[in-house]
Amino acid sequence: MVDLFTVILLAASALFFTGGTIGLVRLPDVHCRLHALTKADNVGLGLLIAALMIRADSAADLFKLAAIWLLVIAAGAATCFLLAQSARRPSERRGP
Amino acid sequence: MSMNLVWWCFAGALLLNAAVGLRFVTTRAGSADSFLAALLIGTTGVGLTLGLGEALEQMRAIDLALALALLAAVLGVAFARHAPFAHARSTQKARDDG
Repeated sequence: MVDLFTVILLAASALFFTGGTIGLVRLPDVHCRLHALTKADNVGLGLLIAALMIRADSAADLFKLAAIWLLVIAAGAATCFLLAQSARRPSERRGP
Repeated sequence: MSMNLVWWCFAGALLLNAAVGLRFVTTRAGSADSFLAALLIGTTGVGLTLGLGEALEQMRAIDLALALALLAAVLGVAFARHAPFAHARSTQKARDDG
């Protein structure tokens, strides 16, 4: 039963990662590519973490997996914002 | 089908995705988008570490993935801070000409 759920979650995760890569290759602009990288890949990673969580051996592993996912999401959000800002026109880059 | 084979197939699919993405980002996306590699490596690297850790039945792979996630945060921010603004200008010029 656990194996069945694991296979389903892994298949969904691979699907999201593939969708993210297709979006990275086929989207026209750097800002759209950032969407593909940040959202699709992070959802794929979240599904992979879910597949690992239902197989976790101890509570420490469970919390470590949750921490990994939250860290990757936070890192992705911060990096995405900074990259998008650096890709804009120089006149509209800086705030006050 | 054993569970181990499923993990190997998943790791292989993820590696293929990372390879295609990196190939695109470094050669065909133009120099203005090469900093996307930082995000790509961060996320798929963590996924690969976890998947391969399960495939090889290593228990310490989760700690490794945690360290990698922390480093990916720092690397991504460092990369973004030093992304050359000249690339942004070249993108803008292409947009103005076209």
